[in-house]
Amino acid sequence: MAVAEKIYEHAALRNPANFAPVIDLNDLSVRFGRRPILQNLNGELRGRAIGLLGPNGAGKTTLIHTLLGFHPPASGTAHIFGRDIITDAQQIRSLIGYMPERDSFIAKMSAVHFVRLMAELSGLPSEAALERAHEALFYVGLGEARYRSLDTYSLGMKQLAKLAQAIVHGPRLIFLDEPTNGLDPPARARMIRLVREIRDSGKANIVLSSHLLLDVEECCEEILILKDGRLAVYCNLEAERKANRKFLILETRGDQHKFVEAIGALGCEFALTGDTRVKVVLQDGIEVRDLYRIAAQQNIQIRRLSYKRDSLEDIFLKAMENGHGGL
Amino acid sequence: MAVYEQTYKQYLGKLTPEWSRFLIIPRHAFRDVFKSKLFTAFFIVCFAPLLVEAILIYLHHNVNALAILKVNVRELIPIDAFFFQTFVNLQASFAFFVTLLIGPPLVARDLRNNALPLYLCRPFSRAEYVLGKMSVLLILLSTITWIPQLLLFCFQAYLEGAGWFVDNLWIASAIFIGSVVWILLLALLSQAVSALVKWRVIASAALLGIFFIPSVFGEVINQLFLTRWGNIISLGALMNNVSAGLFGTFVRTTGHMTDFDGSVGREIVMNEPPLWASWFALGLICMICLALLSRKVKAYEVVK
Repeated sequence: MAVAEKIYEHAALRNPANFAPVIDLNDLSVRFGRRPILQNLNGELRGRAIGLLGPNGAGKTTLIHTLLGFHPPASGTAHIFGRDIITDAQQIRSLIGYMPERDSFIAKMSAVHFVRLMAELSGLPSEAALERAHEALFYVGLGEARYRSLDTYSLGMKQLAKLAQAIVHGPRLIFLDEPTNGLDPPARARMIRLVREIRDSGKANIVLSSHLLLDVEECCEEILILKDGRLAVYCNLEAERKANRKFLILETRGDQHKFVEAIGALGCEFALTGDTRVKVVLQDGIEVRDLYRIAAQQNIQIRRLSYKRDSLEDIFLKAMENGHGGL
Repeated sequence: MAVYEQTYKQYLGKLTPEWSRFLIIPRHAFRDVFKSKLFTAFFIVCFAPLLVEAILIYLHHNVNALAILKVNVRELIPIDAFFFQTFVNLQASFAFFVTLLIGPPLVARDLRNNALPLYLCRPFSRAEYVLGKMSVLLILLSTITWIPQLLLFCFQAYLEGAGWFVDNLWIASAIFIGSVVWILLLALLSQAVSALVKWRVIASAALLGIFFIPSVFGEVINQLFLTRWGNIISLGALMNNVSAGLFGTFVRTTGHMTDFDGSVGREIVMNEPPLWASWFALGLICMICLALLSRKVKAYEVVK
């Protein structure tokens, strides 16, 4: 790899906004036979850790497989680090690591032999591959068990071995498909810690597909929510956190409609979430006592008031209820 | 990502050339294959006929040894095309058994353990994967077929003189082409069966069946219709014809028969299928195997 390209990569990881997006989806559609699986996905993803969320069958794994070149797009295309997934597939594959969802192994091999083989297939010379295989297995916490046959591994150990093979060649982009599937709480915590460590190292971008909101919330900065093969919501969690946008939930008694109209007149965003509940986002300069004042004027009782922040769960549930959104 | 550092680190060293990466598969496979003492023993036994062949060639040119053994040179098999063809065919049957032992699990094991996405998410194509898996067989079978046979041909040429070498160079090409066609056919068939059947034992049985069941059917056709065209579906007969064609020993008419229709006798000439038909059938089988491999060797199979 040329020195200039390495400098470019390093700079891109430090300040991604100035460089080609990690993943660029251009009207990407995928069909299996006549059945559409992904439909007209668009968007630019630049985060260090990108979460793919969606219910089972939403198309998360198919999107990853398409980006890896396993399924040809029916229409549209996508780019990874500015390279086309169809014409530059070979180049792209040398930049990525992939941890599949299902159990994927080569039978009758010790972990170190397996990870070494994977490193060699990624282009590492034999000696370097062996060295990196040991390092990767120590890194994921399988150092002591590295000479054991993979057939004897527990589910948690197999997940870690899959992670080791995905990172052994030091890829720039790592696809993790349901990495915490079937893990007990300590093993899950360990996996999440590893993913966050890799993210924070700044040496690789991560795409994490999961249907577990907590996993994604803990690891990711950008979220793509898929629903029925369409992009339901794009959300930059980092920006949301930085904006620190809090809202109030009010439980009221009386004629809510006049009350919310008055709140709207103050310039606050609001939403009625039930017969007695109102969500309000306070604008700068508006205090809670202003709400009480308006309530008194409108002859409304505020029986409960609580602060809340939009959680990923809220965003996800909203996406599942609503239609489709884009970037 | 050194062991003591425990942090994620990119690999910044040199990479191996892309063209050579398919050879990684046989290198790792041989380690696995030769773990079995039984297979290693059988593989050594495969060299026994070659030793006999070497001894026969040596005896032909060593008067002292013949005198000690009290054998007349005329009593020995002459060293000619037929001599080499006999040993090439013998080694071909050993190659078949080696294939039966190591061929079926090569792809089947990866399919059963969902290993294909791990290969194909790397800068490693489906063609390289198939070539790598086939190389396991191609390399092993070469070491017991055409490589030692050509060495023995050179040994004979060395003992006989340069003139013999020039006059019989076509035998060397027959050894090479005949063996390569056979091992290619074995490798392709075993990979195709391995890709279709995920279980080793069943894949081995299927491979055995592909060689023997059509031969039986072919013989039934031959007997029923008083012909030799039934051989066109027998892989063994096809290879025999091709090999005989290469060594110049192919005879199309292999027998006569009298068919009695009432009291009237009719003379029937038993003709083997022409050589082009045998080559065509072998080519067709190879194409079918490649098509099957292209269909089955995928990262994920889409169930429509």
